[in-house]
Amino acid sequence: MSEKRATREAYGEALVELGHEYPNIVVLEADLAKSTTTIKFKKEFPERFFDCGVAEQNMMAMAAGLATTGKVCYTGSFAIFATGRAFEQVRNTISYPKLNVKICPTHAGITVGPDGASHQTVEDIALMRVIPGMMVIVPADFYEAKKAIKVAVEVEGPVFIRLGRAAVPTIFDDSYNFVPGKAVRLREGQDVSILATGIMVGAGLKSAEDLGRQGISAEVVNVSTIKPLDEETILSSVEKTGKVVVAEEHSIIGGLGSAVAELLCEKHPVPVARVGIKDQFGRSGEPAELLKHYGLTSEDISQAARQLTAY
Amino acid sequence: MTAKAIADKRTLVEYLEAKARRLRWDIIKMVGLARSGHPGGSLSAADIVTTLFFHEMKHKPENKNWPDRDRFVLSKGHAAPVLYAALAESGYFPREDLWTLRKIDSHLQGHPDMRKTPGVEISTGSLGMGFSTAVGMALGLRLDGRNSRVYTLIGDGESQEGIIWEAAMFAAQHKLDNLVGILDYNNMQIDGLVSEIVDIQPVVAKWPAFGWHVIEINGHKVEQILDALDEARSIKGKPTMIVANTIKGKCVSFMERVVDFHGKAPTDEEVDKALAEIEALGPLG
Repeated sequence: MSEKRATREAYGEALVELGHEYPNIVVLEADLAKSTTTIKFKKEFPERFFDCGVAEQNMMAMAAGLATTGKVCYTGSFAIFATGRAFEQVRNTISYPKLNVKICPTHAGITVGPDGASHQTVEDIALMRVIPGMMVIVPADFYEAKKAIKVAVEVEGPVFIRLGRAAVPTIFDDSYNFVPGKAVRLREGQDVSILATGIMVGAGLKSAEDLGRQGISAEVVNVSTIKPLDEETILSSVEKTGKVVVAEEHSIIGGLGSAVAELLCEKHPVPVARVGIKDQFGRSGEPAELLKHYGLTSEDISQAARQLTAY
Repeated sequence: MTAKAIADKRTLVEYLEAKARRLRWDIIKMVGLARSGHPGGSLSAADIVTTLFFHEMKHKPENKNWPDRDRFVLSKGHAAPVLYAALAESGYFPREDLWTLRKIDSHLQGHPDMRKTPGVEISTGSLGMGFSTAVGMALGLRLDGRNSRVYTLIGDGESQEGIIWEAAMFAAQHKLDNLVGILDYNNMQIDGLVSEIVDIQPVVAKWPAFGWHVIEINGHKVEQILDALDEARSIKGKPTMIVANTIKGKCVSFMERVVDFHGKAPTDEEVDKALAEIEALGPLG
């Protein structure tokens, strides 16, 4: 049994390490410091931590103002509020002027669990991806999340990093080297490319093992940076396999599935199956139950791969 | 001659009044040439913006990134013409640039863009947000121990935005006394009178209720603007809101209190008439 950790846990830890290294880092929170784990930064650097209360729009616009004075702002909250309620602040005050604000919300996707649909974003990747110049990162596990949060400080301009609430199996370790904009081939295969992001990377690896036993050789690529998309790595995999399953804990509209389909339609048309949430809202339940209900298990990926390879 | 060098208040007021006429002349000219834009709310804010740029604020147009400068945030970003006129007159860019307002390839966008226009501190235009960014700036400057001040101009229609009040509470909570808001209270928004659409009254009571020091003035009396800014400087432990009662379209007879001139450019004929009216008021600074 491998270690299980939520990607949100990486947020507080990474912020504390960044806080020691960079005196100009400021963290803004919207009344969720315990849930998002920014409380760790608050304890270490109270003078650079500001709780904005339940006011996400003001938090985002203030982050932009702080950035004009040379601060690097990390802003949190839950993904639904950071990308939904405060969308236009992110668009107009942060992204349009290309300010140095890192948007790292937690509780993305349906694995929020029992809180239900009001708190489960299935649209956040789409919302952030469509903003000109926004970098969009969806880490696969705790270790990738921590590296991404730390590397983001060196990226000039806005970065969105999607974090989750549920503890999920780790894939990497402390030695993992995250490079923004670079997709990573985790497993070589010949018959089908599984392009996965976020917690679906683990499911993709499991699926590839299962498929291997069934005589299907699946390649697994971790597409943690959804924008800018690593076209080279994706195309080199797809040119070899000729078939693609995309897997994400997000709506099949507007997320990685869309990004990959857009790329392949233009550059290398091949059959694509999208494993994701099929234009629905979430519901209450335990994360594992929800992943099963919405068709986001390794078996769902395997089934999609089998259908594609049966052509 | 700079405003700082003028010791005598009466001379200073006359100097600033002449500058305000220059700004108004430029506003009419540039909006007329652009054939679109927002003259009404630019004219109502002209005396306030003039007093800030040519007396109150410390800034160096020749070194626009001077870290210790005071900041101005035009939260009511549609009044961009008054900001552009003040920036050109201060020397941030050549005055001829004003005549390219809103044209393709111009650095003067319909609403302020910090990445295109020298001297614009942050991009604004979507109402309410500039005010909130100004709170962030005031916080950042205080974190750095700078004694720079942040001035932000908001609109009355803009005050219907919820984020204004989110930011107001945060600024009071953190005792940001390096922050001064100025409300350009001309009681007009696109669809009509603010008082008839969603009234912001009693606005002079609202700001103290949100923890701010409030000063009410006539926003066209330079002397009152000067006094209010002095008073704001003396207030410690809380931010200040100056509620400036103004007239939309001020100084152009056929634009004054006319809602339509919120977002409509004057015709060529109207431009000539308006410029003549402004020139008749006195010398341009």
